[in-house]
Amino acid sequence: MNIVVCAKQVVDVGEIKVNPSSGKPMLEGIPKKISDIDKNACEEAIRVREKVGGKVTVLTVGTPDAKERMKELLAMGADNGVLVTVPDKADHLVTSTLISKAIQKMGGADLIICAEASIDQFSGQIGPRVAGLLNIPQLTYCYKVTAEPQKLTAERNLGDRLVTSESSYPVLVTVTKEVNQPRLPSLMQILGSAKKPIEVWGTSDIGAADLKPGIETIDIKGVAMSRKNIVFKDDLDESVSKLADSLSKEGLLG
Amino acid sequence: MFFELSEQQTLIRNMDRELAEKEIAPKAAELDRNEEFPDEAIKRLAELGILGAIIPEKYGGPGLDTVTYAMMIMEISRACASTGVVTSVHNSLCSWPIMYYGSEEQKDKYLPILARGDRIGAFAATEPDAGSDLGSLSTVAELNGDNYIINGTKTFITSGPRAGIVIVFAVTDRSKGTKGISAFIVESSYKGYKVGSIFEKIGIHASLTSELIFEDMPVPKENLLGKEGDGFKIAMATLDGGRIGIASQAVGIAQAALEESIKDSQARHQFGKPISSFQAIQWMLAEMATKIDAARLLTYQAAIRKDQGARISKEAAMAKLYASETAVEATNNAIQIHGGYGYTREYPVERLYRDARITTIYEGTSEVQKMVIASSLLR
Repeated sequence: MNIVVCAKQVVDVGEIKVNPSSGKPMLEGIPKKISDIDKNACEEAIRVREKVGGKVTVLTVGTPDAKERMKELLAMGADNGVLVTVPDKADHLVTSTLISKAIQKMGGADLIICAEASIDQFSGQIGPRVAGLLNIPQLTYCYKVTAEPQKLTAERNLGDRLVTSESSYPVLVTVTKEVNQPRLPSLMQILGSAKKPIEVWGTSDIGAADLKPGIETIDIKGVAMSRKNIVFKDDLDESVSKLADSLSKEGLLG
Repeated sequence: MFFELSEQQTLIRNMDRELAEKEIAPKAAELDRNEEFPDEAIKRLAELGILGAIIPEKYGGPGLDTVTYAMMIMEISRACASTGVVTSVHNSLCSWPIMYYGSEEQKDKYLPILARGDRIGAFAATEPDAGSDLGSLSTVAELNGDNYIINGTKTFITSGPRAGIVIVFAVTDRSKGTKGISAFIVESSYKGYKVGSIFEKIGIHASLTSELIFEDMPVPKENLLGKEGDGFKIAMATLDGGRIGIASQAVGIAQAALEESIKDSQARHQFGKPISSFQAIQWMLAEMATKIDAARLLTYQAAIRKDQGARISKEAAMAKLYASETAVEATNNAIQIHGGYGYTREYPVERLYRDARITTIYEGTSEVQKMVIASSLLR
């Protein structure tokens, strides 16, 4: 089975600070990493391969330095990587088109696994868009995946309800972080990953040289959340009833 | 000089740090309180190849260079100094002498076991009346047919109660002084091998330390490491490497103390301001950070020189001396910064303070490190 894992290099969002005067996130010098849930996607791909056999390819659309991060997924057990260099201006349309064209260049995939979303933008668009562009079924928000040679069954969290869905291949699944616990690679696997190939493809290599984004990003700003900073200092019983009163006035109770 | 980790070292550091933060650190306080050996952590370290980090691929290890190894000991010790020293002793003091002085048969037999972590490694040189002065060892080994018969008592043996493979030093020819000392690979299953008292220590509670007693213990003569009389040379060269391990452990402990101090000083308010806004605290943090960086660089320098195949007695002694003294100072200041809270078991700095204290003592006291450094200067 040919399995493709989509993985994104993101800044470590836990380290981002917002400039208090401009409201802009300060991104310089922030370490980069593989988006957390993408590691769950990779872990799931490796588990499927361990069960039904095949090959796991990590596919990243990103800047050249993403190659270094992809090695982490190869160390976990993926077999090879493809890095599509991202154009200066990209949105979800551009990224998902590049991913689908890269998969076509690979000769297609039986199973494509994406995270439900990346931890930086958390739009959740890439998986569904790629499935749409490739015209294949998609099973989103999977928290349990059972792959068999002929079909894949997924338990999915759709927010207001849990459903179980089944699909033949090819299929694209998006996974939530509950799906598994990504493994830590051993030292031997890390050392071995140096020998695993990562191909770098430009947009022209996959026939997507003149892609234009549909969205123009004008600015990115942190959202200021103000707090009311009310402290109840009376004795416990009185404080509790005052707290309940004020929550009720805010319409937050019942 | 280039001070950036390679791509591979970064991957290894990230893996090691994730393991340390998610699996080792959360249990460190409890293991310390219960004086309980970190079995689970050691099992994970073995699975991930860290326990046998320096053992070559040929024998089932990853064959890491000393710089990366030192970095790993720093990360582990930042989470749990006891787990750090068990790992350091397993690699530097037990696996390394077999790698460098062992026969092919000895390497084939013991290194894969150590790489897999099937047995924990230990190093038994110190005796009640012979620590840094190995010339006065009283443990003796007498050749009798196909076996050496070893008699004696060793003390302060890290991992003593858990060790399965121990490098033991004993006198084979008293008339030759230090040239009459030999080294042996001893298995804990040998007849006459006993674990003596387990010590109640100030710190590194989770690393068990004990006496080892050998009573008419037969050791097959093929377990002699090197030749008869090589023991002193083997011990000295092994301890040079061990000191890089202890320097790394000390850097890890000090780094944890610094991070806790930064966090606490920014969170705790006095006179309406976080205490980090007071210059007295800022100076302590600045000095801690500077000394820790210096200690780390000295440690890496010794590690780089070791990888280049150089004699590193001076460099390793400098790294161990400076890193251990820095760990004691940094953890002491960390308690000062935490105030009354730092003196309680609610906060981790009291454990760091207790754990740091041993680093200026074992594998050669600070005073012995100065002797080593001076003798290399005055040669």
